[in-house]
Amino acid sequence: MKIKMTLGDRIFNTINGIILAFLCILTLFPFLHLISMSLSSPESASKFGLHLIPEGLNVDAYRKVFENGYIFSGYANTIINTVLSVILSLAVMTLMAYALSKKHLVHRTFFTGFVVFTMFFQGGLIPSYLLIRNLGLMDNRLALILPVLVNTFNMLIIRNYFMTIPADIEEAAVIDGANDLYIFARIMLPLSMPIIATVALWVAVERWNAWFDCLLYIRTPSKYVLQVLLQRIVIDGSSEFMNFEVRTAGTNSEPTTETIKAATIIVSSLPIMCVYPFIQKYFVKGVMVGSLKG
Amino acid sequence: MAAITKNAELGSGKKTGKAQQLLKTYKKQRYLLLALLPGLIYYLVFHYAPMYGVIIAFKRFNFNAGIMGSAWVGLENFKTFLGSPDFGSVFANTLIISFYQLLFGFPAPILLAIMLNEVRNMAFKKTVQTISYLPHFLSWVVLAGIFLELLSPSRGAVNYFITLLGGEPIDFMTNNKWFRAVLVVTNIWKEIGWSSIVYLAAVSNIDTQLYEAATIDGASRIKQIRHITLPSMVPIITIMLIFAVGKIINDNFDQIYNMYRPAVYPSADVISTYVYRMGVQKMEYSLATAVGLFKNVISLVLVLSTNAIAKRLGEYGLW
Repeated sequence: MKIKMTLGDRIFNTINGIILAFLCILTLFPFLHLISMSLSSPESASKFGLHLIPEGLNVDAYRKVFENGYIFSGYANTIINTVLSVILSLAVMTLMAYALSKKHLVHRTFFTGFVVFTMFFQGGLIPSYLLIRNLGLMDNRLALILPVLVNTFNMLIIRNYFMTIPADIEEAAVIDGANDLYIFARIMLPLSMPIIATVALWVAVERWNAWFDCLLYIRTPSKYVLQVLLQRIVIDGSSEFMNFEVRTAGTNSEPTTETIKAATIIVSSLPIMCVYPFIQKYFVKGVMVGSLKG
Repeated sequence: MAAITKNAELGSGKKTGKAQQLLKTYKKQRYLLLALLPGLIYYLVFHYAPMYGVIIAFKRFNFNAGIMGSAWVGLENFKTFLGSPDFGSVFANTLIISFYQLLFGFPAPILLAIMLNEVRNMAFKKTVQTISYLPHFLSWVVLAGIFLELLSPSRGAVNYFITLLGGEPIDFMTNNKWFRAVLVVTNIWKEIGWSSIVYLAAVSNIDTQLYEAATIDGASRIKQIRHITLPSMVPIITIMLIFAVGKIINDNFDQIYNMYRPAVYPSADVISTYVYRMGVQKMEYSLATAVGLFKNVISLVLVLSTNAIAKRLGEYGLW
C-alpha cells in the first residue's frame, strides 16, 4: 500500500536521515582519522588538527610495522590459537551437547545442572590464575585454549539445535546397529552444520579479540598474541616492541611513534574490519537467541 | 541424581538389583557417557576447581603451603577490605559508572531502533546498521588505542574542535572530572548499534496495518512513534531494563583496564580492576579473592532476583 507522503513526512524523513548519517560519520570518524594518521608524514601527524586526509602520503610507518618481527609472531600466535581453539572447542562442545540432548541420558538433570550452575557462580580471577599456575600452564599456549574450551551458552545452543532434529532420523541407524558415536559423527554433525558454523564464527571472533588471558599467563614476548602486542605498542607506548629507535631531534624523516601506532592498529584490525559485514548475520542470530532466553 | 536417591529409599534386597540395573544403563549408554566425559572433565578442572580455590578468601594464602596448607583466618580478609579506604571508592566508582551507563547508555539503542524503524529506504537502513556494528567487533585494546589518540590534548581531533570553539584543550584521559564521561560515551559509541538489534526485532513485529490506519487517520510520524511504536516496545524495554539493573555491580573491565591511568584511579578504579591489581600485580591473593567473592555473591543475588522478577512479569500477563 502506497500512501502519498505529506510535507510533514518529508521533513521527518530528512531530519531522521541526517541524524542517522551523522551517527555513521561519528562511528567512522575515528577510523578515518586513524588511516589518515598512519599514512601521514611524521611532521603533519604530530600537528594539531583533524587528520582526515593524509598529508604528504607516506608509507614508512607500514614499512616499520612489517619489518617488526613481533607483528609477525603476534599474527602467527593469534591465528594458531584461534584455529586450535575453534577446532578443540567445537569437538568438545558438540560431543557434550549431543549427550545432553538425549532425553534418555542417565543422570541428565544432574549433568545439565552441573553445567548451568557455572553460569551463575564462578571462582573468580585469582583462583583461576592460581589453577593455571598449579597446572604448570604458565607461558604455555594451552593456557589460552583449555580454560575457554566450553562456553556454556554456546554449548546449550548446540544442544537445543540437536534436540530439534527428529528422532526418527536416527532410529533407522539404531536399528541397523549403529552406536551413539557413529550416529553423532555420521548423522547429527552433517545435519547440524548451520549451527556449528555459526558457533565456530562466534568462537573465532572472540578468540581473535581475546587479550586478558594472554596478559595473565604468557611471559615470553614471542608468544604474545596480536592484541597484547597492540597493548604494549599502542597503550603502553613501548618502543621495544615498536621497532622504533628514539632519535635525536632534527632527524624527522623517520616515522614517529604516532604514525607507527596508527599503522599497527590498522594492520592488526584489518582482517576483522573486512570480514565483519559478511558474518554479522550469524552474530545477530546469537543476540536474538540470547535475548529470548534472557 | 534422581535415580541415586530412589535407590537409597529402596530395601536392601532390591538395592543390588537397582544398582545392577543402573550399571546396565551405564553400559548401554557408554558411548553417550564417553561423549560427555571431556566436557565434564573441563567443567571440573576449569570451573569447579576454582570454586574450591575460593576458600583462600578465608585463609592467608601462602604459595609454599598451597591452598590446603595455608592457615585459616576466618573473615579477616573481608574485614581488611571493608575497613580500607579503597572499599568506599572502588565500590562507589563501580556503582556510579554503572549508573551513568544505565542512565545514558540504556535509552540510546532504543532511540536508534526507533529511528531506524522510520527509515523507508532499505539500502540506507542496512548501511547505517552495518556501520554502527563495526566497533562491536573490535576489542577494547584497539578502541582504547584509537581514543587515546583522538582525545590527546596536543594532537587529538576532539581537542581541536574544542579550541576551534574557543575552549582550552582538556586532557580527558588523566582528568578525574572527565574520565567517567569518556568511559560512558565511548561505551555507547561502541555498542549503540549492536544493542539496538533486540529492540529493532521487537519493532519489526508490529503489524504494519496499525501504521497504515494511523496514517489514514492523519496521525503524524511523531504521533505514530508515541502511540504505536513505543507502546509495543514496552515489554522488551522492561525486560532489558530489569536485566541491566541486575548487572549494575558488573563493571566493564576490558574497557576500563585499557583506558585508565593511575591519575584517574580516584574516579575510575572499579572492583574488577582493583582485584586485578591487588591479586595479580601486588600478589595479595587472599585479599583479592575475598573482594572477588564479595562481588560475585552480590552479583549472584542480583541476577537471581532480577531473573525471578522478569519471570513473574512474564507469568502474570504484563504482556
